[in-house]
Amino acid sequence: MGAGYLQIANLRQRYGDKVVSDIDELVIERGEVLAVIGPNGAGKSTLLKLIAQLEKPVSGTISFNGGVGDELDIRRRLAMVFQEPLLFNTTVFDNIAYGLKVRKVAKEEIESRVREVAGMLGVEHLLGRASSNLSGGEAQRVSLARALVIEPELLLLDEPMASLDPPTKKSLIEDLQHVLDRLDVTVVYVTHQRTEAIMIADRIAVMDEGRIVQVGTAQEVMNYPVNEMVADLVGVENILKGRVAGARDGVTVVEVEGKEIEVANGEGLTDKVWLFVRPENVSIVADDGEHQTGMRNHFEGEITKLYDMGAFYRAVVECGFVLVALVTKRSASEMGLRVGMRVWASFDSTGAHVVSRV
Amino acid sequence: MDLIFEGFKQAIILILSGDPLVVEATLRSLQTSGTAVIISIILGVPLGFLLALTRFPGRNLIVSLVNAGMGLPPVVVGLFVAIFLWRSGALGFLGLMYSIPAIIIAQVIIALPLVTGVIISAIQQLNPKIRLQALALGATKAQMLLTLIKEARITALVAVIAGFGAIISEVGAVMMVGGNISGQTRVLTTAIVEQVGRGDFSRAIALSLILLTITFAATYALTHYQQRGTAAWAQGTSK
Repeated sequence: MGAGYLQIANLRQRYGDKVVSDIDELVIERGEVLAVIGPNGAGKSTLLKLIAQLEKPVSGTISFNGGVGDELDIRRRLAMVFQEPLLFNTTVFDNIAYGLKVRKVAKEEIESRVREVAGMLGVEHLLGRASSNLSGGEAQRVSLARALVIEPELLLLDEPMASLDPPTKKSLIEDLQHVLDRLDVTVVYVTHQRTEAIMIADRIAVMDEGRIVQVGTAQEVMNYPVNEMVADLVGVENILKGRVAGARDGVTVVEVEGKEIEVANGEGLTDKVWLFVRPENVSIVADDGEHQTGMRNHFEGEITKLYDMGAFYRAVVECGFVLVALVTKRSASEMGLRVGMRVWASFDSTGAHVVSRV
Repeated sequence: MDLIFEGFKQAIILILSGDPLVVEATLRSLQTSGTAVIISIILGVPLGFLLALTRFPGRNLIVSLVNAGMGLPPVVVGLFVAIFLWRSGALGFLGLMYSIPAIIIAQVIIALPLVTGVIISAIQQLNPKIRLQALALGATKAQMLLTLIKEARITALVAVIAGFGAIISEVGAVMMVGGNISGQTRVLTTAIVEQVGRGDFSRAIALSLILLTITFAATYALTHYQQRGTAAWAQGTSK
């Protein structure tokens, strides 16, 4: 990794008494797609507005390529797309051309660049249409085209898919992913959908109360959340309170509700911990009396709830504590999975993660 | 009925033959009201932007004054302008009483609050994020403001229609500060009052027809522009 395209240092912003941004350091590499996730009010949109120079921070610096330019200079290197398409009340063509017109690009070049980017986003046939005559998905495509036509160094996306219905969202995110792969653009993508973040991002930053609490690859953030807020946000359904009971064969032994759980990480931790187990790491087999498994942790229990999730069942197992597992429909039907059934729920020591609980 | 029919016939003849009084009053009306509406736009649009987009101490007071000003009785405006411009008044030394500038001053005072008030509401009806969006696509502050006015154009044109309509058809203030001096400050409305007083109904009707035509033509032109691109409402395809 280089010195970073975008460097944020000691950035603080307040609305009245409320601290909405409090970021010690964040470095984004050139060409990187960084997803920013976090609960409502975590300061995600504020961070984008600060980067886009649409707000002045109380203190701190945001530098591009190591330099701090003047406001217009920085704004001209970037483009931002909001949750609403925010199209101007004119034609689709004039909307997409906007950023080029304000930069006084020559007419012929505007014409060809607008057509090219409209083609990439599948809105070429709409160029003559009034912007008020578009569907939600079309409007957001035009909004993205309007940002991309500028060929910005930095693209800021503030929940661009949040108002779209699932099929529209799916096709747009696939197209966007394709376009981003082709362009040399650095992206900050704010979303509250972790699936979007995982699909599109090189790294994920998790924000809470104005701070960045974790930055890492999707795998890191999903499997090794730093606290219970992040764990909850990235879909760790089993968030258990435990205490470190000791170490054995190179693993940490954590006691949860009187049961021992072996965890691969946890070295150096003492006393109170949070124990995280992703539901897809928990496997379930029918309790046929002669259970065999290679997994370190297995618990006998009863299925208390079974939710149909489409491709999966979400099974809730009461085994002294509650464990949630995702079971494929196929294995569920092979086992004859049902509420009230006795099962073994198991997961490996590497399928669990512990952090200190304060 | 004869009087009206004869009056209309004579009026048409007067208009077609280019009657000096009719021509003079018409040009004077267009000159004063046109100038006043342009001045009102030049002052009212930035003022409307300022009041719509910023917050500063005293802003609410100014907005209240603008709103009150939208309903100001023109006769009262005329009276106060006259008081200021009379030879003994605070601005008497300017010697503007019974002059074209005096008429324009009164008309600006009538039209300015209308223009400003409509601009404020036109801007405030826009999604506030449009402003951020323009900036986030690289617009300068001036380009962003231009974009906002374009976005608000439909409502903003109402400001022009309302301002122009209010002052070209106004008589009380114009009479009071202009004096309806032949060849100098006689405009359509004051000329109509004068001709009716004299019993010259043909001229009064001729002047009235011209006044109606001007107001209607101005309104029609602006409405035509305003209604462009709104066909979607009729088709029900707008979303």
